[in-house]
Amino acid sequence: MSENAKLPPMPTGSFAERAVAWSKKNLFDGWFNTILTLGSIAFLLWLIPPIVEWAIVNATLSPTIEGCAEVTGACWGFVNANLRLILFGTYPFDEQWRPLLAMIVLMGIICGSLGAVKYPGLRKAIIPMWLIGVPVISILMWGGVFGLTYVQNSYWGGLPLTLILSSIGVIFAFPFGLLLALGRQSHMPAIKTVSVVYIEVIRGVPLITVLFMASVMFPLFLPDGVTIDKLLRAQIGIILFTAAYLAEVFRGGLQAVPRGQFEAGDSLALSYWQSMRLIILPQALRLVIPPTVNSFISMFKDTTLVVIIGLFDFLGTVKLALRSDPAWTKYYVEGYAFAAAIFFLICFSMAKYSAYLEKELRKGERR
Amino acid sequence: MKIQTILAAGAMTVAAVAAQNAQAGAVLDGIKAKGFVQCGVNTGLPGFSAANAEGKWEGIDVDVCRATAAALLGDANAVQYTPLTAAQRFTALQSGEIDILSRNTTATTTRDAKLGLTFVGINYYDGQGFLIPKALGVSSATELDGATVCVEPGTTTELNLADYFRAKGMSFEPVVIENINEATAAFFSGRCDVYTTDASGLASIRTQMAENPADYVILPEIISKEPLGPVVAQGDEQWSDVVRWAFTAMIEAEEYGVTMENVDDMKANSTNPGIQRLLGVTPGMGEALGLDEAWAYNIVKQVGNYGESYEKNVTAKLGLERGLNALWTDGGLQYAWPIR
Repeated sequence: MSENAKLPPMPTGSFAERAVAWSKKNLFDGWFNTILTLGSIAFLLWLIPPIVEWAIVNATLSPTIEGCAEVTGACWGFVNANLRLILFGTYPFDEQWRPLLAMIVLMGIICGSLGAVKYPGLRKAIIPMWLIGVPVISILMWGGVFGLTYVQNSYWGGLPLTLILSSIGVIFAFPFGLLLALGRQSHMPAIKTVSVVYIEVIRGVPLITVLFMASVMFPLFLPDGVTIDKLLRAQIGIILFTAAYLAEVFRGGLQAVPRGQFEAGDSLALSYWQSMRLIILPQALRLVIPPTVNSFISMFKDTTLVVIIGLFDFLGTVKLALRSDPAWTKYYVEGYAFAAAIFFLICFSMAKYSAYLEKELRKGERR
Repeated sequence: MKIQTILAAGAMTVAAVAAQNAQAGAVLDGIKAKGFVQCGVNTGLPGFSAANAEGKWEGIDVDVCRATAAALLGDANAVQYTPLTAAQRFTALQSGEIDILSRNTTATTTRDAKLGLTFVGINYYDGQGFLIPKALGVSSATELDGATVCVEPGTTTELNLADYFRAKGMSFEPVVIENINEATAAFFSGRCDVYTTDASGLASIRTQMAENPADYVILPEIISKEPLGPVVAQGDEQWSDVVRWAFTAMIEAEEYGVTMENVDDMKANSTNPGIQRLLGVTPGMGEALGLDEAWAYNIVKQVGNYGESYEKNVTAKLGLERGLNALWTDGGLQYAWPIR
């Protein structure tokens, strides 16, 4: 039997006829599905119009409190009036082109690195890009050289801070997590014990505790006059935390690679690292793309917890803006909705990229 | 005898070293060397310390830091801010991450004595009160028996509330909500009869969050004392003196009626010996503190006097009158130690 014989006959007739046929098959197929369809339509009709009315029809962009008081819908004017505060936090106003530029550079490097899957020519450029890009970003953000005024990192905030915390988090947590996963699989008892204890201890406490310890307890144990930067402490906390979770994700991948693959490496007389790099890891990592991206997305959102140690990530600057003038405080729904939209946009892009990556790397398996 | 002598000598050495450390002015020298004051502020409390739309820190707590910088370095803008949460604030001060903590911090015995801190003054007298809807028909907190009370957890507010009701032999049902927006929303939607927090907070919530502020009243009872003020770490008395007198100068300037506007005129023309001493026309005060003689002039010129700072921040942002924070001559508690 040929493949085509299984396909349903191509619908014929006018557009209206085809539409009726399609909905009969997909929407009104039996009484149960008909009820579900009608119920869903009723639910959407109940849900969507008030939201649209609030968010668009009755809303205003007017960046004044008076303008907002006049409308019954959303006051996007709050976001409009405080956009720079929300985007860049307390970074000096006249210097805000620097975090903007740093953010663009960072996004450029990230896109360049991710694009290497599609354009293999970029692969060689990834490491140089980061080696040049990170100092450029640091110089832009901190300044102090090339005539740029020095800006303490207690002034960093908003979207650049969120992006820096999460991308640096990914870059360091990934290899660290990989080493931990390999350590946990190791035959050497010392390495294995250390890895297991580390992973279990870190996984056993909430991130908020790690950040809190790093920020409140840790400085007390340092000698007098020695302080380690608050941002650095938070960044290290995030890396240590994410690495423990990634380690377990990678371990899952390593366990899914058939025994024979390890033996194949041994029989080719490859060293441990060679067989890992050439045989095991490419397969293991490909298997765990969805949970890895899942970890990244959750880490990206977890960076919002730095607000409890007085750093203003993107969500923190929204709160900062809400408190900039008590008159804005009542428009917190608009502020949080805006933050949610930006977070969704970024997380959704990550999810989409992960789906693309899976498809791209499975080409070899497709029949 | 011998042991006693040794012990005594040892104790004296320790005391001497401690005194030397104190006089050495490590914090003060550090500030002069780096050229700015590192100031710990609230992460966002309108009127006290909050970032404006340009991301600049503003508020009466911020102004204390600015005044200190103006006195010590001659420039009120020579301040770097570290936003801190309530849990972090003392660690930041003890570890030297910040030079001064000006973050609506209540002065208490344990904080002053046990944590190695020095409260240098009180820049805002606050106290906990109750906000109720008029419709409740209650005119005194003593009539609140059995009320449901919205309160934020983990604060002295929660403890004061329990203390007050227990002392009065009344019962209440707490509705504990972590986030201030949600807590106030719960109150205004009728989820609880009473909302309690510091009086400054109640006033701003009433004016800014209520649909119709006239429908709500703040009860006359204030159930706790919350003297809020700037704090420094113990060990550098020279530095704590600078902060104390920089803040005092703001109040004294108000007492003399010296403002940002008329300070130049006052400096040139005033014949009042007190003003002449304050503004350095009669030298001596700056020298005593190890500061430039124009220290107080710089404060008033660049930051303003206490009343101006209050007006610009607390009254404008929160709609709060001076109340307890009026000068003593107007029936308030703000009373400057004489600068002489």
